[in-house]
Amino acid sequence: MKTLKPLIIDGVTLTSRLFIGTGKFPSPEVMAEAVAASKSELVTVALRRVDLNSPEDPTLAALDFSKYRLLPNTSGARTAAEAVRLAQFARRAARTNWVKLEVTPDPNYLLPDPTETLLAAEELVKDGFVVLPYINADPILAKRLAEVGCATVMPLASPIGSNRGLQTADQIGIIIEQATVPVVVDAGLGLPSHAAAAIEMGADAVLVNTAIAIAGDPVMMARAFMQAVNAAVDARQAGPGGESQVARASSPLTGFLRDDGEKQSCDSLT
Amino acid sequence: MRFADLVSALDLGVIRKRIASSSEADVLRALAAGRPTEDDLAALFSPAAAAHVERLAQLSKAVTERRFGKVIQLYAPLYLSNACVNHCTYCGFAANLDIPRVTLTPEDVLREADLLHEEGFRHILLVSGEDPRAVTMPYLLEVVAGLRAKFASIAIEIQPLKVADYRRLAECGVDGLALYQEVYEPAGYARYHLAGPKRRYGSRLDAIEAGGEAGFRSLGIGSLLGLSDWRLEAYLVALHGRYLTQRFWQSRISVSFPRLQGCAHEDFQPEAQVTDPEFVQMLCAMRLLLPDAELVVSTREPASLRDNLIGLGVTRMSAGSRTNPGGYGLPEWHEGEQFDIGDQRPPAIIARVIAEKGYEAVWKDFDRSFIP
Repeated sequence: MKTLKPLIIDGVTLTSRLFIGTGKFPSPEVMAEAVAASKSELVTVALRRVDLNSPEDPTLAALDFSKYRLLPNTSGARTAAEAVRLAQFARRAARTNWVKLEVTPDPNYLLPDPTETLLAAEELVKDGFVVLPYINADPILAKRLAEVGCATVMPLASPIGSNRGLQTADQIGIIIEQATVPVVVDAGLGLPSHAAAAIEMGADAVLVNTAIAIAGDPVMMARAFMQAVNAAVDARQAGPGGESQVARASSPLTGFLRDDGEKQSCDSLT
Repeated sequence: MRFADLVSALDLGVIRKRIASSSEADVLRALAAGRPTEDDLAALFSPAAAAHVERLAQLSKAVTERRFGKVIQLYAPLYLSNACVNHCTYCGFAANLDIPRVTLTPEDVLREADLLHEEGFRHILLVSGEDPRAVTMPYLLEVVAGLRAKFASIAIEIQPLKVADYRRLAECGVDGLALYQEVYEPAGYARYHLAGPKRRYGSRLDAIEAGGEAGFRSLGIGSLLGLSDWRLEAYLVALHGRYLTQRFWQSRISVSFPRLQGCAHEDFQPEAQVTDPEFVQMLCAMRLLLPDAELVVSTREPASLRDNLIGLGVTRMSAGSRTNPGGYGLPEWHEGEQFDIGDQRPPAIIARVIAEKGYEAVWKDFDRSFIP
């Protein structure tokens, strides 16, 4: 059995490889139940949606933060300056220096702005933040963000909310290959199989929101994602057999050359 | 290029014909289109698409849930003033009407806002008639400064301003601008807008572009249904939405399509009423054409229809609205409202209905920390 490298962010070891978002759910109660079913340890919350100063805020009140680590995100920020301001506000109000950095100037596809993200990341790292930046699947940007001290990189699989799966698989593959920080595949994972595929290809974790939130049964879907991610983690540890362009007989035709001509059967191919 | 120039370059007769003559096959093609073209636009608003309203609704629901989730954002309009210099034949605030004209003092505005805040609102829309002598820049700046601490989002729906003034308001904490063209078809526009600066079709269309240049995060457009052929109106609204999305790519577009129900003119009758099935067709088609736009339904619509629209593509609703200045402080006082309210239920009830439909009523979806 292979041992998977533990997922450590800022000295904190996370057992669950599934991070979860809290937007788009039909109610705070369903959201909280889905978060529990996901067995996630890291829960991201959009700062624009919550009132960090209010203990009665429905989203925050629904979650038991003794069980989860809060990861505030800067969703809605259009510039580095806005994202930095939001992060600083979150640090004051929520007493966490972790931030999921999102700079998405286009409100439609919510694609991240690479330049502003890098600027904000650099400033936030210098200011003592643990920065988890949401990025397009751009290997060079991922390297630059790791160099300025980001704790992870979070490349998108496909546009946020699209549920289209690993459209950027080739680029994510390069990011994983070159990574010196954990790679968390974020956005666009629409099915448990997408999440499993991301982990199987070497991602350290995945972040899922829309696919769970808008499912017919969000709690069941959260469980399904949890199971898929765990299955993929197990598969990584089990050591996959690898792919081949040609069929390989489990009982090869030329086996007799090794085992003195003992009769072979060729009925099962792997 | 200005959108007004684009409209004047269109042959509206040809478009009208294309909408009217769209075939079943055109509709099916449009329904299957991942990225609808302008021909698809005509097909989805056509009479032929009426038979496919269920399919439209299902597609609209799926797109809306993917992009926005199972949420409905709530906001409240706060009327600052009913003073107006325009003569629009359908409006209860029209300059020629003999009604008491009221402009709330900034203190009155804050009192009204406190009542809305207590109800749970964190998104507020400041509305006024169009009289720059009543609603001045210093007045607006004072009002916005007073509201900033309590409201996550402040939008305005007032007379058109210049870019520099919009920019000052944006810097002071206004994040959204709504400015409805009311009637997109130029000949129809001229029929209803008889006097005042609003008479100028092009300069009204230009104002929302000035708001885009000023950097408002939300740009609201809309057509007042009942005044002109809704199919052509919806087509032009969709084109306008696409134009603004391309040009002001950092702003979110919101679209309203209030149906004219009734107003202070007892003798004014809408000449092109839109039925409920037509309204649903238009709403769902608009969602497919503008997948990322906020689609707004106000309290003009009756309660039962509003309830049924939850989940079909609407993302933003007003609740408990009063459409006269001072209306929240004096809830029993209905005189001088700009238009009749179809859904009189209080916000808490609306939130409960939204929850019963399997959606979350969202009161806050912005934060003052965005603004320096």
